[in-house]
Amino acid sequence: MTDIHIDTGVCIGAGQCALAAPGVFTQDDDGFSALLPGREDGGGDPMVREAARACPVGAIQVSTTAG
Amino acid sequence: MTDTTDTTNRTSATYTTGTTDTGDATYPTGLAGLAGAGRGPAPVAYPQDRTCPYQPPAAYDSLRDSRPLARVTLYDGRAVWLVTGHETARDLLADPRLSTDRTRPGYPATSPRFTALRDRRSALLNVDDPEHHAQRRLLVASFTLKRATALRPAIRRIIDERIDAMLAQGPPAELVNAFALPVPSTVICELLGVPYADHEFFEAQSRLLLRSRVPEEVRAARDRLDAYLGALIDRKLAAPSGDGVLDALVHEQVREGTVDREEAIALATILLVAGHETTANMISLGTYTLLRHPERLAELRAEPSRLPAAVEELMRLLSIADGLLRLATEDIEVAGTTIRAGEGVVFATSVINRDAAAYPAPDTLDWHRSARHHVAFGFGIHQCLGQNLARAELEIALGTIFERLPGLRLAVPADEVRWKPGDTIQGMLELPVTW
Repeated sequence: MTDIHIDTGVCIGAGQCALAAPGVFTQDDDGFSALLPGREDGGGDPMVREAARACPVGAIQVSTTAG
Repeated sequence: MTDTTDTTNRTSATYTTGTTDTGDATYPTGLAGLAGAGRGPAPVAYPQDRTCPYQPPAAYDSLRDSRPLARVTLYDGRAVWLVTGHETARDLLADPRLSTDRTRPGYPATSPRFTALRDRRSALLNVDDPEHHAQRRLLVASFTLKRATALRPAIRRIIDERIDAMLAQGPPAELVNAFALPVPSTVICELLGVPYADHEFFEAQSRLLLRSRVPEEVRAARDRLDAYLGALIDRKLAAPSGDGVLDALVHEQVREGTVDREEAIALATILLVAGHETTANMISLGTYTLLRHPERLAELRAEPSRLPAAVEELMRLLSIADGLLRLATEDIEVAGTTIRAGEGVVFATSVINRDAAAYPAPDTLDWHRSARHHVAFGFGIHQCLGQNLARAELEIALGTIFERLPGLRLAVPADEVRWKPGDTIQGMLELPVTW
């Protein structure tokens, strides 16, 4: 299981997550990072970790647990 | 100020390197490998002029061998830390103990120009959190990836109009003034709600703000721009809201009293100046770089789907904002040494983005690599607000000009083309082309 946590209090809306992994991340109407509906678990997209690394303020935490 | 004046003082290797600030008193002794460390040779002068506009100055070679940190000497003789390693740069650019508040005593300057506006109100870039965060939140929605994507047809229209004009009047043409500058200038005017008819005025003030070495000139340019944008804000306050970013700022914030007029002027200034000068430089220097790499250019023409990767790689390789300034507000342990509170820290993006540990064969223009994670737009809370817009403009500008002018080439020998001095945003001063 992949768990993605976005700290929207830290997010500066740079859009790097949506650029790196557009199949998982988007920007909401206010410009802040959000997960696309149905992709809350990352959908197995290998770019999720790249998106987290691309975030300039470290607002995205990705954790994987067995099962 | 004319371009000629800009080039009169291009060799910065003549900086005084003998006088240093107290930073040297705390110089770490365990880092003998650092350029200019201890009693070794005098620290390298920073910044210096590029000897090829798309390469870091040859004089930085010793800095490239000194990662992740080096010591350099600024124009005023002050010694500061230069960040040269990619991973360390990411860590430090995201570190809240490094301030961008230029009103703090000891804030480093890479040109006399930077000292001229120390006491003036600034916004975004030279403001720390939490004030910065509040300002950024006001603007984020206007600069999202989606918004940049939605602007693409308008950007394409603006670019096509400029190329139509070039075709009607030429060949030849001077690409900076015919294309590279007016395209982003028009785009940011439409986005912000600034009349493009005033472009000669605000472009001239921007040039002084970014390139003059005379503090009085810089202050006078800032005064003129403040007066102009203040009047624009007043006009917007008195009229129904348009759909520009500044209209929204005025009607939703200034009118409500959540942003005062002076802060609104400071925000408008940075959006307008950063919104056209940087992209203009990337268009001119990106075009020049591609013209100097004909095999890569042929590849790109054959495979235009590579444009986004090519733009990212050009951003990395060209690193036009070369020398991001910070001041340490606390001691910071990094890479086995200590950056002391009060010391200046400068990020040499052209060196950081060529760290072979992050980018193998870093001097090669190769968009088949992943250039992602470069720091050409900065990193941390101040990472460029307009980066998605910049990417869209660069992709369309470079894609369209080589598509519509297939014979585009330099109109003068490559070594006669002039570029900007090292103490400002890097780019071409002029780019004579024909087709």
